[in-house]
Amino acid sequence: MQVLLEEVGFAFADLQVLDGISFTVTEGETAALIGPSGCGKSTLLNLVGGLLPQQQGRIATVGDAPPGCLNPLTFVFQDFALLPWRSVAGNVALALEHHPLGRAEREARIREVLQLCGLSDFADALPKQLSGGMRQRVGIARAIAVRPAVLLMDEPLSALDAQTRELLMEDLVAIWARERTTTLYVTHNLSEAVRLADKVVVLSRRPGRIKQIVAIDVPVAERHRPEHAATLQRLHDELWTLIKAEAKVADREVQNV
Amino acid sequence: MSDTRRETVRFRGGGFVTGSRRWAPWLAFALILAAWEAASLTGLLPALFMPAPHEVVLALHALLVDGQLFVHIGASLQRIVIGWLLGSAAGLAIGFAMGIFVLARSVGLPVVAALFPIPKIALLPLFILWFGIGEPSKVATIALGVFFPTVVSTYSAVDNVPRNLIRMAQSFGLPTRMIVTKVILPGAMPGILAGCRISSSIALILVVAAEMIGAQFGIGAFVLAAGNLMQTDQLVAGVVLLSLLGLTISWLLSRLEKTLLRWR
Repeated sequence: MQVLLEEVGFAFADLQVLDGISFTVTEGETAALIGPSGCGKSTLLNLVGGLLPQQQGRIATVGDAPPGCLNPLTFVFQDFALLPWRSVAGNVALALEHHPLGRAEREARIREVLQLCGLSDFADALPKQLSGGMRQRVGIARAIAVRPAVLLMDEPLSALDAQTRELLMEDLVAIWARERTTTLYVTHNLSEAVRLADKVVVLSRRPGRIKQIVAIDVPVAERHRPEHAATLQRLHDELWTLIKAEAKVADREVQNV
Repeated sequence: MSDTRRETVRFRGGGFVTGSRRWAPWLAFALILAAWEAASLTGLLPALFMPAPHEVVLALHALLVDGQLFVHIGASLQRIVIGWLLGSAAGLAIGFAMGIFVLARSVGLPVVAALFPIPKIALLPLFILWFGIGEPSKVATIALGVFFPTVVSTYSAVDNVPRNLIRMAQSFGLPTRMIVTKVILPGAMPGILAGCRISSSIALILVVAAEMIGAQFGIGAFVLAAGNLMQTDQLVAGVVLLSLLGLTISWLLSRLEKTLLRWR
């Protein structure tokens, strides 16, 4: 399934947050969305996921959802959004409980995604008993349990320490290689974008407009190899050059709010 | 550093810790009772104004033997349970509606703010006019007294359920009914149970006040009658019963919290 954005704009009351955003995330592609603080990255993700009403332009999905898909547009949240009173398995189950699945099928799905995310031994644990990285694994397991057509990831690794982030990035690459899910990935971390995305959509400061779309032409699964280090560093620097001035101005604007 | 003074770093992080000593409240109770008994035996506390603890125990024993204890406690408990259940059920429903629906919140908040501060016992004469001197007027006083704090605590508890959890449930397409039952209700449960503690205390205060105004049986009526006859041992026995009743209700709510909020 593709995601199509045409001249998308959005305003909170008089404050124009996004303006004239047009791009496409093709099937199986991972597009990272970067930009300075307050440029409307998360707002755009919420618009794509239907958590905010569309105001200007048009957002559409193109194509069929994969077989067994229960929730085509599925979020992974920055703060994990886990129910503290439910176990790991219970949190994953929440996403399935309102669908007409038999108990056996539901439990099989839960087992499968917990295994895929390395959570099989923690099925009965409560979120408070888990580290930040494990909690986000639960968030990812819950998302892939519904076999989404499009994953909408809102800074999923930003609440984690650097080592855990590295480990989870490796896990995400492995999951994407298997699932081939179309992904829109919001991040403020350029290294994450260069490591995980097929293309990076760079937004300007508020109102967020597309400044440039940068393709990362190295296959995701090969980016850890030393021979690609120079290319990836060059892309990282290119992205930083694109947003540095914007980020400086945005930082002062945020402080003055 | 070689020839300068060496000093072991002094620990400065002591005290200001949370926690409790299990024996401390028992010791405190024992000391208070011992001091009270000693003051009574030495005549510092005249028996006419304050009976000795052992006289209160004897009065309680006498009440137990002649069955009056159960008559009064039974009458009070019945009023508390019915009034509390009615007030809580209505308060939960209204509080939930105010927490979820914008229109209910817009209407409910000013109405609750205007009516909440009224001392509910002041309405008992009105309820007696409406419902008569019998049980309904007392139950209505308790129910109304319980209703407002329940509305406020439930509304506040629902309002404090993290919005990100509700957004998450919406993003997975959960229907509204399931968002309410699987996300909002469990998320609001700590606040609702905290409200139950407050409303149960209010119910206990109101039942005594209502029974003092117009009742033949009940702990409030018993305490008032004992006071009128200057039977201070009976009076204090009634007060002890009220304290025990409050402690029992509090213990029951603690058990409920432990069961429903195990995840905390």
